[in-house]
Amino acid sequence: MNEFFAMGGYAFYVWGAYGVTALVLVAEAITVRARLKAAREAAREAEGGR
Amino acid sequence: MTSINWFRFASPVSFFPLAQRLARWFALAAALLAAAGLWLGLGVAPTDATQGDAYRIIFIHVPAAWMSMFLYAVMAFWCAVSLAFNARLSAMMAQALAPTGALFTAIALWTGALWGRPAWGTYWAWDARMTSELILLFLYFGYMALRQAIDDPRRADRASAVLALVGVVNLPVIYFSVKWWNTLHQGASVSLTSAPKMAAIMLAAMLVMAFAAWFYAIAVTLTRVRAIILERERRAAWVGELAEAAR
Repeated sequence: MNEFFAMGGYAFYVWGAYGVTALVLVAEAITVRARLKAAREAAREAEGGR
Repeated sequence: MTSINWFRFASPVSFFPLAQRLARWFALAAALLAAAGLWLGLGVAPTDATQGDAYRIIFIHVPAAWMSMFLYAVMAFWCAVSLAFNARLSAMMAQALAPTGALFTAIALWTGALWGRPAWGTYWAWDARMTSELILLFLYFGYMALRQAIDDPRRADRASAVLALVGVVNLPVIYFSVKWWNTLHQGASVSLTSAPKMAAIMLAAMLVMAFAAWFYAIAVTLTRVRAIILERERRAAWVGELAEAAR
């Protein structure tokens, strides 16, 4: 298992690439869902005010 | 009226629920493919004879680079449709694609830098491939900034569509840069020149990751376009009903 994480001495490069990619993609998915939720609530309020 | 209305889904009201259903399936498919691709790329594929384990960056670098160019092409396509037919939804699709395209461009540059260091001894070089990919990132930023700068969404659609279409010239430059110039970046034949069986598993892992990235992009773009539809069509009567129904 340690050998796997060591990536033959390239751990910084390999995990730096995979880690940041995973982080930004998850962050994008979360922010997009939050944006949809906010837009939905705003639309609902606009509906109520009509 | 029995004929099929091909433009049914060109209207935001009928597209909205379809986008929701599609996004769910594409998100699920992306997650499964990513799991399979990571297993193949990090677990099954053997260590490269010359590059060691550093080559494993290829499984995200190449799919991200493909997506960065592909998403720009799709974005430019919707921009062209929106200009030609003055179609609202097409412009919203382009608007929804830009952030994800920019993100994949940034990932391609970032992973490329982290791969370049062990492979070539440098994080960055001003060679044609890397410079044109950086220009692609600036094109995405320029497109988004121009949209932001114009208050009227319909005017923003037109202005940003023109910018996106002009930027299309950069795509063949990126693609053929490794042929046209003597670049530090290697050619299109990625390091699959070793034993055939090894090459096959590496190629498989890369393709699975490419499909994962593609489906992810579809899912996130469809979700974003739904948010954009709600934001922009707020005053339309159907939006309030949808906001209630589509919880």
